[in-house]
Amino acid sequence: MTQIETFYEVMRKQGITRRSFMKYCALTASALGLGPAFVPKIAHAMETKPRTPVIWVSGLECTCCSESFIRGAHPLAKDVVLSMISLDYNHTLMASAGHAAEAALEETIQKYKGNYILAVEGNPPLNEDGMFCIVGGKPFVEQLKHAAKDAKAIISWGACASYGCVQAAHPNPTRATPVHKVITDKPIIKVPGCPPIAEVMTGVITYMLTFDRLPELDRQGRPAMFYGQRIHDKCYRRPHFDAGQFVEHWDDDNARKGYCLYKMGCKGPTTYNACSTVRWNEGTSFPIQSGHGCIGCSEDGFWDQGSFYDRVTNLNVFGIEANADKLGMGAAGAVGGAIAVHAAVSALKRAQKKQEKVEG
Amino acid sequence: MTDLHPPHLKAFEASVLTGDATAEDLETLKKQSSVYVYEAPVRVWHWVNALVITVLVVTGYLIGKPLPSMQIAEATHQFVMGYIRFAHFAAGMILTVGFFGRIYWAFVGNTHARQMFTLPVTNRRWWYELIYELRWYMFMVKEPKKYVGHNPMAHAAMFFFMTLGISFMMITGWALYAEGAGQGSLPDTAMGWLLGWIGNSQILHMLHRFGMWSIVIFVLIHVYAALREDIMSRQSTVSTMLSGHRTFKDDRPD
Repeated sequence: MTQIETFYEVMRKQGITRRSFMKYCALTASALGLGPAFVPKIAHAMETKPRTPVIWVSGLECTCCSESFIRGAHPLAKDVVLSMISLDYNHTLMASAGHAAEAALEETIQKYKGNYILAVEGNPPLNEDGMFCIVGGKPFVEQLKHAAKDAKAIISWGACASYGCVQAAHPNPTRATPVHKVITDKPIIKVPGCPPIAEVMTGVITYMLTFDRLPELDRQGRPAMFYGQRIHDKCYRRPHFDAGQFVEHWDDDNARKGYCLYKMGCKGPTTYNACSTVRWNEGTSFPIQSGHGCIGCSEDGFWDQGSFYDRVTNLNVFGIEANADKLGMGAAGAVGGAIAVHAAVSALKRAQKKQEKVEG
Repeated sequence: MTDLHPPHLKAFEASVLTGDATAEDLETLKKQSSVYVYEAPVRVWHWVNALVITVLVVTGYLIGKPLPSMQIAEATHQFVMGYIRFAHFAAGMILTVGFFGRIYWAFVGNTHARQMFTLPVTNRRWWYELIYELRWYMFMVKEPKKYVGHNPMAHAAMFFFMTLGISFMMITGWALYAEGAGQGSLPDTAMGWLLGWIGNSQILHMLHRFGMWSIVIFVLIHVYAALREDIMSRQSTVSTMLSGHRTFKDDRPD
């Protein structure tokens, strides 16, 4: 390719009007938490910058990230972002198959060397030389390393790529390993969730394509604008939490009234995501709104934190299911009992000593 | 005008006048039988800690396992969980300030004020005495030894449950508080790294809860041992934390 098109040119080719384009820029700016002053900046960048190709590879995954992604709430945003991405290689969406698909991947890597973004859905299993996940006749880990070598940056889509998710849950038989533990020499942005929210995905990718850099990340490498607060911090049921009004049983009156799901094991207080603000399916709802607690799917190792319906993490100590409260209460009870016995023996000994004195 | 200055009395005549002092008592009175161990700031710290730790444990338990739902008013006008959490955070902040004050006092206070911050693990004799004290608690020796500060077992318990235990609770507690305070806040700048390092807030919550139970166990043992020592050992314990003076019940060596 001699001349890489700009984003704006791509959009106009898609039949998007200038007016819609400006609307999109405004929408993107607000979605990213940027002020109105950024709207012309985004527009300018999209008019002048050649578009950045994105290669989308898939390892051990369930495709829920792709499924979420193509359901972006704002159709325009979805179309635009999809048109930005080089769809030469994406298992779910690409037209080609077999050797043609692998050749297309290779061509994209060569053509945009050092200039493309690698989006990873799923993760590579490392046991048995990676044989638990084969793509194009080779272990996925090889494809990942090959594609990552010339990438500008990497996006880890979903809990799989970010943390390992269910395939990495204890005892992790295939040694499924998150991307950042395999690729250590590239900037990596984690977009966890099972799947991540569509608007979060498009928001992140738009930011990276527009500004040519990673958005501000938090300590765990997640975009701070979407993962900066807990579900709990922005939950519409929070007033019931502060009031001390909880759902006690799934079928009680409090559940009907929409009280806080804390006692039902809601993981909102320990989960960083944008569900309670952005919501799902075009902003229709999110788990807590539909009456079920958050399961904490965007947190590291969420499968290994015990039941989805318990606040206190279960521990598997010596094969016995216990949690901090049971263990603590048991230990405190044992110590209390030991103290009572000890006090009784002490009193007896003392009485004995006195007796000896009197007799002696 | 009567002369209020008393006439020159014989030694200990005042105690003799009360009519209950025996000759044996007067022999004891001749000796100074107490050591000033806990200075006022240490005593104040102890009792403030006792209060805030009680508040922290009770409210902390209720934050993890809340009270049954109450219908006092509309959620807008009801703040049960809010007040419980407020009490927990306020007590946690007092605990933190107190702990730093206590560290300061270890530098400017008397030598006893430094005892709980270090453990003489390299001293073989200390290990011997630790086991000796342990044997006293297992009814294997007839009499414990005399100590001015903490006995070796109490010393070890103080070091692990208080010096390290309270530090652990403050570190994890502030990391949890930082979550609510939000990114970029002062607690987050100071302690937010811990959540980043541990990775999952639920694990952090669980560690903090384990810490709570270890403190509960410590309090049980601490109160029992203090009362028992006061009755059965050779020196005062409970009153020492009120007056600061350790008094001794006999004048035999060791």
